Amino acid sequence: MNARRPRRQGPGRRASEWLLSSPSLLWLTVLVLVPTAIVFLIALRPPDVDGGIGAGWSAQTLRSLARASYARIAWRTVYLSFLTTVFCMLLAVPCGYLIGRADRRWRQTLLLLVVIPFWTSFLIRIFAWKVLLHPDGAIKAALVWLGLVPPAAGLLYNAGAVLLVMVYTSLPFAILPVYAAAEKFDYTLIEAARDLGASPLGAFARVFVPGVRRGLLAATLLVFIPSLGSYIIPDLVGSPSSEMLGNVIAQRVFVERNLPHASALAAVLTAAVLVPMLAVLLLRRNGGASARTRGAS
Amino acid sequence: MRRSRFPLLVTVAVMLFFYLPILVLVVNSFNASRFGSTWQGWTLDWYRRLAGEREIWAALRLTLIIALASTAASVVLGTTAALALHRFSTRVQRFHSALISVPLVMPEILMGISLLLFFAAVGLDLGLLTVILAHVTFSLSYVAMVVLGRLEGFDDALLEAARDLGAGRWTATRRVLLPLLAPGIGAGALLAFTLSVDDFVITFFVAGPGTTTLPIRIYSMIKHGSPPLINALSTILLVVTFLAVWLSQRLATRRS
Repeated sequence: MNARRPRRQGPGRRASEWLLSSPSLLWLTVLVLVPTAIVFLIALRPPDVDGGIGAGWSAQTLRSLARASYARIAWRTVYLSFLTTVFCMLLAVPCGYLIGRADRRWRQTLLLLVVIPFWTSFLIRIFAWKVLLHPDGAIKAALVWLGLVPPAAGLLYNAGAVLLVMVYTSLPFAILPVYAAAEKFDYTLIEAARDLGASPLGAFARVFVPGVRRGLLAATLLVFIPSLGSYIIPDLVGSPSSEMLGNVIAQRVFVERNLPHASALAAVLTAAVLVPMLAVLLLRRNGGASARTRGAS
Repeated sequence: MRRSRFPLLVTVAVMLFFYLPILVLVVNSFNASRFGSTWQGWTLDWYRRLAGEREIWAALRLTLIIALASTAASVVLGTTAALALHRFSTRVQRFHSALISVPLVMPEILMGISLLLFFAAVGLDLGLLTVILAHVTFSLSYVAMVVLGRLEGFDDALLEAARDLGAGRWTATRRVLLPLLAPGIGAGALLAFTLSVDDFVITFFVAGPGTTTLPIRIYSMIKHGSPPLINALSTILLVVTFLAVWLSQRLATRRS
């Protein structure tokens, strides 16, 4: 049905392409592209008295972003997302390596175990940690018993708790693309490197890691980009001193009711996300593994 | 040659990391203790109390309505999109493919706020309709990816054969393509349904005051409510999720 068989071509083919493409193209244009453009437009509108979108144009909202408190929150957002990505990759590379080399039955089981959290409610997974880290919870009791933390220490509502839960929720998105690349990797190359005198770690770092670099790049972006937009995790297990850009956007929408201000912050976040996102699209176009599809099937 | 145990150790640690918190939650849903720090015996009390929570059942009903509606629409849109991406490799399809991957990587909060602003700009009141529109928007990409994955293993010669044997375009699609694609479409539909039932962030932005879905209800329970009730509700949802994953896995690996 495609270029290999040149039979049915011409206007019929064009019509059927149009018929199959236009519903989703139209839908995504109206509900993804237009809304994203609107975010940038509304950032240039003044708020009306109810915090809705006022008339006229103004750069006042954008100017109000130049506060020191915003710079601090923006830095924290990037910093926590970066650390989340680093921890996820450190755990995902050995996991992907093992799943990629496991035999068929083990591979199916391990993949299923990685995919289940992806399907499980985000809120429930955060709540599970909130219970574990609670002052009366199991982890606190264990740490106090071991003498690692004083009885008065709080494990919840700090940047450490936010980071832990961010790693917990993002990890499947790191493992799946690494595995997808490892599955295609020829493990005998590692044996060959060992035969030629490489140490286990040397073979791993200089043969396996470069061999799956595309998967590593996809995993990095799939963890980093959504992390930049984190909002419920800092909201539920963080404190005002660990809040991220997403929290401020939500406050402007739900608490202060100032849509143009929320819009300006969202425009900044979109711009920050767009750069790595374009990299993902380029990667996809070059036939990179679509990790989330694997998560899905 | 001896293989390093290190990857195995990390993988075992990661699996414990994934499942211990969930296990603790499930066990605590049967714990008579209110705070779950100590074990005070088995009970089904929390489930009994859950059954009496009217608001939760109303939220569940609303969530299922939204999930059914958005799944139906996203299956149609996602499947046609996958067919277009599979069959044609024009410049339009490159743009199409890029556009479909946007909701997969875009942070949820950006999707939520941009849709909220869009609905405000066009004057659409927030409510059931806006939630369904938002859910279709992210689900359609996932359905398209799952169906596209299934199409990659599809032998186009089968369609050619049907056409050569005299089947019209529509007959060939209906009698050959769709039956072979059905497991992929089923797996995509299950994923769309699960994502819709689970979604909190985007829904929170585009839901009106009357549109309290189950995740919005759970969120306010986490903020103000009773932990054991959330444990019980979570356990039920986890069981349903495991069944959905199992079913989808069976669909995905079934041979055509």
